[in-house]
Amino acid sequence: MADDRPRSTARTELAVAGARAATRDALASSSNRDRVTGAVFFAALLLGLGTALLGLASILVWSFVEGAGRLGPEIITNGPSALNPESAGFRTAILGSIYVILGVILLIVPLGVGAAIYLEEYADREKWWNRVIELNIQNLAGVPSIVYGILGLAFIVRGPLDLGFVVAAASLTVGLLVLPTVIIAAREAIRAVPRSIRDGALALGATEWQTTSRQVLPVAVPGILTGVILAIARAIGEAAPLLLVGAVTFATFNPSIFEGGYSTLPVLIYNYASRPQEEFRVLAAAGVIVMLILLLAMNSFAVWLRNHYEQKW
Amino acid sequence: MASDFVASSEHTGLLPRPRLEATSPRYGEKAIKGALFACAVLSVAVTTAIVVSLLLPTISFFEHVSPVEFLTGTEWAPAFADASFGVLPIVVGTLAVVFWALIVAIPVGLASGIYLAEYAPRQVRKVIKPALEVLAGIPTVAIGLFALAFLRPLAEDALPFLEWRGPFSVGVAGIAVGLMIIPLISSISDDAMRSVPSGLREGAYALGATKFKVSTRVVFPAAISGIVAAIVLAASRAIGETMVVLLAAGASPNLTLDPTASILTMTAFIGQTATGDIATGTIQYDTIFAVGALLFVLTLTMNSFAIRLVRRFREIYE
Repeated sequence: MADDRPRSTARTELAVAGARAATRDALASSSNRDRVTGAVFFAALLLGLGTALLGLASILVWSFVEGAGRLGPEIITNGPSALNPESAGFRTAILGSIYVILGVILLIVPLGVGAAIYLEEYADREKWWNRVIELNIQNLAGVPSIVYGILGLAFIVRGPLDLGFVVAAASLTVGLLVLPTVIIAAREAIRAVPRSIRDGALALGATEWQTTSRQVLPVAVPGILTGVILAIARAIGEAAPLLLVGAVTFATFNPSIFEGGYSTLPVLIYNYASRPQEEFRVLAAAGVIVMLILLLAMNSFAVWLRNHYEQKW
Repeated sequence: MASDFVASSEHTGLLPRPRLEATSPRYGEKAIKGALFACAVLSVAVTTAIVVSLLLPTISFFEHVSPVEFLTGTEWAPAFADASFGVLPIVVGTLAVVFWALIVAIPVGLASGIYLAEYAPRQVRKVIKPALEVLAGIPTVAIGLFALAFLRPLAEDALPFLEWRGPFSVGVAGIAVGLMIIPLISSISDDAMRSVPSGLREGAYALGATKFKVSTRVVFPAAISGIVAAIVLAASRAIGETMVVLLAAGASPNLTLDPTASILTMTAFIGQTATGDIATGTIQYDTIFAVGALLFVLTLTMNSFAIRLVRRFREIYE
């Protein structure tokens, strides 16, 4: 058989076998050191990730351990006290947070979704002003929260709006703070709706707004809602800007929207935490637990919403 | 309208030309578009309002204090009778927090990012990515309390040879801020590395490179602009962080690099001063805005730089 074959084929086979052996050899000789470096590198990566998860999770675990002793219904039903950490609670601050957040929702849902619809459905990216708006929103998302507090103090509490140190001023301040987050999330949700849905509606004679409101928006709602919930979760935990717009009052009475002092949950936690007595720190940790449970519930709902209603095209 | 069609087709004997323009001016559509545009423009108005509300008091501040004294002075005592407005101590305090934060967050965040982008099996990634997102949402006041009541005593036990005084420490506050920004670094660097086209990886594998070499010599350099952006954004976030430093770094404007010392940051100064009773129009009131303006300019510069970098890697690979 071998003799029947042309000599050139036999030579090719020999060459291929030789090349294969050489390659295998090259790979094998370099592999020992490489395998060690690779394993060390992989171990370092796992160590990094482990540190990240452990470090962040220990914040949660520590808060639960530290505050567990004070956890009970009176933490929610009792008002704050600067004298009796054993009986003090967070009632007025929780109510304050709820009022502030309701205001935030009223503000960010229409404004955030409106801006997102404009930027995704109407804006012509060739026009400079649309590019300015877009860049501006990206930059606003990175402005430190305390700068929004300054804006709130100078523009909303005093200055042009002159609302005073009230719940409504806090809602406006925090609302503007989380607005870029909502716009960015809503834009992504709207962008995920395929072009063909719009083209179909327009081809059937629908106007631009009919297309947007009856075809695009209903499908984008779960995504938008997820963004809104995440923004609200951020708003609940925000304390820094509220220090400037009056939430530091040690409010012993339930808040009202347009008058009088108020406090919010994270600001009261800060207030308790900055006192030197051990009992107040335990109380602050218990407040953190209440806040974390609230946030965890909202985050889980957002994740569930995203997974349950997410549409695959 | 219909009679137009009938008339023209009778004359020419051809099919009527369909009318492609709208049958009414659609004022409602225009009003809606205008309202949506107003929502979008509001963001520009917010920026303008921020700039104006920072600028006016800052100008009046600089009528009393020379910019040179403000930017180069080494003593910060705006509330004293013999007031002194050298901003350096609180700028150095802020930078010290950022330094310790990045010491923690860069290695840990990048390791997590590389693992998630290059090594993690899909199932693992699907669990860890959202977990990090949720952990990124821990309110900063909780992190501050953790730093003050847990990390600070822990640091003293771990490093007893350092000279610890009082409950506050810039190093501990910095480490806590570092924990806070880890998810930001890992998430953006993960995105950057995943947007590197797989052709580059496959090319390297075909040349006999190991996974380690592909990750460190091919993917990492190819994603470097996104990785730098992640670090810059994280540093900017650390500069703007308020609650952690208010709780854990103290309130003494010391010009020092000692990690165990208590310092004051720009954000903590604003938060602490605005909390007290302070009259409008006084120099102390204007000081808040001058420091706020400095903070705003600093973070805006860093963010714009990062946004440009992110856009660059998007343009190259998408």
